[in-house]
Amino acid sequence: MTIGVVVFPGSNCEYDALVAVQSLGVDAEFIWHTSTDVEGFDGVILPGGFAHGDYLRPGALARFSPVMEAVAAFASSGGAVLGICNGFQVLTEAGLLPGALQKNIGLTFLCQPTTLIVQSTSSVLTRGATKGQELVVPINHFSGAYTCDDATFASLEAHDQIVLRYKENPNGSRGDIAGVCNVEGNVVGLMPHPERAMSTLLGSDDGRILLEGFVRAPVGAR
Amino acid sequence: MNYPVIVDVTLREGIADPEGATIERALPALGFVGVSHMRAGKSFRMDIDAESESAALEKAAALAERLLSNPVIENASARSGAKG
Repeated sequence: MTIGVVVFPGSNCEYDALVAVQSLGVDAEFIWHTSTDVEGFDGVILPGGFAHGDYLRPGALARFSPVMEAVAAFASSGGAVLGICNGFQVLTEAGLLPGALQKNIGLTFLCQPTTLIVQSTSSVLTRGATKGQELVVPINHFSGAYTCDDATFASLEAHDQIVLRYKENPNGSRGDIAGVCNVEGNVVGLMPHPERAMSTLLGSDDGRILLEGFVRAPVGAR
Repeated sequence: MNYPVIVDVTLREGIADPEGATIERALPALGFVGVSHMRAGKSFRMDIDAESESAALEKAAALAERLLSNPVIENASARSGAKG
């Protein structure tokens, strides 16, 4: 079992993600964004940061990094893909997840713990959690307001794709959405940082519940 | 031939625009009253080598759709950047 952590120029949470996965007893390696395959990996994480400087829009340039074609192919073959924060923005820009992330309401950069409520346990990220469970996980973003049109929102609800909601909406996200998955449940994106909630010494270890689910059984969530 | 082109990217109708709203709220304090429906956007200027201006605009519209805008939340339109 090896998890790949994609590194774009401007990523800055790749070590956090790598060490978090390794702390669960699972091998993890970096994948540079110019790689054209993700062969040998059992799961792929797109970490937080400011890929390609977030120029144009967060994720807009990263989606055209060579590695993203391989990530898309991996995802469509059922591989487990997790986008955290900027990684979530990249996945929406790439069309691997529905919706978009906009500037926070109030135009404030938010860096604070949030309480999340598990909505669905049929994604690779939340399969180890229970429905309704509350998890304390920090956020750290400027563009985290989840946005989508009415039809997409209805479809998300109908297909159980809303994975996590904020207990108290910090950023103006539609429907208090903190994370969503694709219909199959093997591609998940969330704005909060589970890799920063791995130890009670740092405020919370609730991120372990999420990442353990992701690394234990990465393929075939549903 | 090179044709100057401008691409405007704006948020789609109905998509919240916290930036535009914040700008609008700041205006009365500066003495500007009667300004409403402020929407923030972006514009991009470029020169496009093409057979004709309409071909250049077509190319600009295509690259705006693919890269300059996110069609989930934004509209893009291309216009001539030639100084009249």
